Amino acid sequence: MQALIPYIINGISAGGQYALIAIGYTLVYGILRLINFAHGDVFMVAGLVMVYATTSMPLYLSIPLVLIVTVVLGFSIERVAYKPLRSAPRMSLMISAIGVSYLIQNLAFYLTGGLAQPVTKPIPWISDMITIFGASTKRVTVVTPVLTLLLVVVLVYLIKKTKIGMGMRAAAKDFETAQLMGVKINSVISFTFVVGSFLAAVGAILYFTNYPSVGITSGSLPGLRAFVAAVFGGIGSIPGAVVGAFIIGLCEELIKGLGYSTFSDAFTFALLIIVLCVKPTGIFGEKVTDKV
Amino acid sequence: MKTEKSEKRRDTIVAIVLLMLLLIVMTIIDSVLPSYHIVIKVIKKAAVYSLVAVSMNLLNGFTGLFSLGQAGFMLLGAYAYAILSIPVDKRPGVYQYFDGGIVQFSFPEFFAGFLGDTVGTTVGILVALLIGGLLAALVAYLIGLPVLRLKSDYLAIATLGFAEILRAFFQWKNLGPLTNGSNLLKSYPDFENATSYIILIGIFIAVIVLLVNSTYGRAFKAIRDDEVAAEAMGINLAKHKRMAFVISSFFAGIGGGMLAMYMGTLQALSFKSTMTYEILLVVVIGGIGSITGSVITSFLYIASLEWLLRGLDSGKFLGISAPGIFKNGFRMAVVSVIIMVIVLFFRKGIMGDKEFSVSGIINFFKKRKLRKKTAAAGGDGGNE
Repeated sequence: MQALIPYIINGISAGGQYALIAIGYTLVYGILRLINFAHGDVFMVAGLVMVYATTSMPLYLSIPLVLIVTVVLGFSIERVAYKPLRSAPRMSLMISAIGVSYLIQNLAFYLTGGLAQPVTKPIPWISDMITIFGASTKRVTVVTPVLTLLLVVVLVYLIKKTKIGMGMRAAAKDFETAQLMGVKINSVISFTFVVGSFLAAVGAILYFTNYPSVGITSGSLPGLRAFVAAVFGGIGSIPGAVVGAFIIGLCEELIKGLGYSTFSDAFTFALLIIVLCVKPTGIFGEKVTDKV
Repeated sequence: MKTEKSEKRRDTIVAIVLLMLLLIVMTIIDSVLPSYHIVIKVIKKAAVYSLVAVSMNLLNGFTGLFSLGQAGFMLLGAYAYAILSIPVDKRPGVYQYFDGGIVQFSFPEFFAGFLGDTVGTTVGILVALLIGGLLAALVAYLIGLPVLRLKSDYLAIATLGFAEILRAFFQWKNLGPLTNGSNLLKSYPDFENATSYIILIGIFIAVIVLLVNSTYGRAFKAIRDDEVAAEAMGINLAKHKRMAFVISSFFAGIGGGMLAMYMGTLQALSFKSTMTYEILLVVVIGGIGSITGSVITSFLYIASLEWLLRGLDSGKFLGISAPGIFKNGFRMAVVSVIIMVIVLFFRKGIMGDKEFSVSGIINFFKKRKLRKKTAAAGGDGGNE
């Protein structure tokens, strides 16, 4: 048991990071019914910007810069690649998302020269080593779940109490009716992408503090895992995404702890397939009936 | 009605003549150029890509099942081919960390034993490829049992997941004696000339074309257009979906085997989801639901990527020398921007859902002439 404690702590931390990404997937899917394949790459870009920014400027400039760049990227992806396809079939939208993912990875390859960028100057304080329950780890491991829960509370408040949050809920419920009722659908969708990218940027800062380097494909696996978490929790539901992410993070680290690292991702996807076959709406998802 | 029939016959004849010409040109190219020449390489790789793209099109374009598991099935075919055809005396070198591996025979050598070197090796290669395809088909059947009940994007993500699981599984250390773990597989035989690639893949694609034009093909298209209506018309949804999935995976497996053959070395790591995305984008550019579109795009894509746009990566392109901009990775960036433009603004791709045919081209020009004429007549009318 004692040997597993570091893995449990890491698992909770990983879960928090996946939760931050998963919310981006779940929000977008809730409204556009689109698996935003580019979200993992937005996450990766945030990591790259962090590496570049922290080495060249002070902390109070670099962190806001990471957040802003990521938010602008997410916003422009929606405007350029998804908005023109609003009336197109869903498959075209998904293909466009895959195309964007491909484009971002190739651009990142070009700009970084194809080399993984080492995290030379991780953010201080959160990357200090501390000891809890006899296991030594970076402080970010403890900060992550706390920060995640805090952000989730803020987000839930935003969605439940503000006007734009009401617009988001309306759009998620019924896209066309919401439009008829005067919800400014384009700004609601843009806002959704802004929120999703912001959380992904926070997630990236926390995630890559724990990692030695950021490569161009660093975003795809965390992205896929977070997506699985979103589906597991019931896609479209924020609490579902958070719970799913913590479960997946924990399971993955525990499997690593038991010595089957090769299969940690396989487990995640096996879980996905089982969930999809047994209860496609996930733990918290609403039941959707198919209309002819 | 009669003219349509004769038009069809003319098309078939012209297509056969064109294919014959292509074959002759291929043999000439093969005899003139050495096997390491870039043109030969491009033709080989593009041929493999067209098979894989057409197999994906069968599923995504003709049956409307949005599956993203292509790389996984290719991986199965590739490993089956490599494992079954590495010469026995080279196995200790390849499986150096696993005592030469547990498979101790090779189909090409086995058949060469009693059919002679050339014929035997070819037969052995074909058998190994077919076994790879059958393995992929079998796995697809098993995966399809749970997965094919899912709809659109859930199906996409579940098949993507399966491909990732397969990749992890093949890299597992405990399977090392069979798959060489995460190390390279190499030294397996390859066809020297590009003509054999073209003939082989031509046959496979012809089979897919026949399938698409058969009763089954029509059932697939009905499912794509409207599942509920198709079911009401008496089409067994589960059976036809499974069939499309299994057949598509069979050809993906063969394509994977031939890709391994082309590459010369094989590693599970290269069959990532990016590969599936790449093939999907080729299908989309060619036109979802157009076999000739997929083939044409595969050749265009591979030729520009591997050959024509090489300069974008190495500093000099079209006589412009700008090593600062034209550096490693610029080629892919340019290609992906072009892909995005096509995805966004030319959603139908090159061919839409039509097929390339000679009468199609003739009709196109006829119509244009007609339109010009009517436009001119209309213009005259306005002047009067």
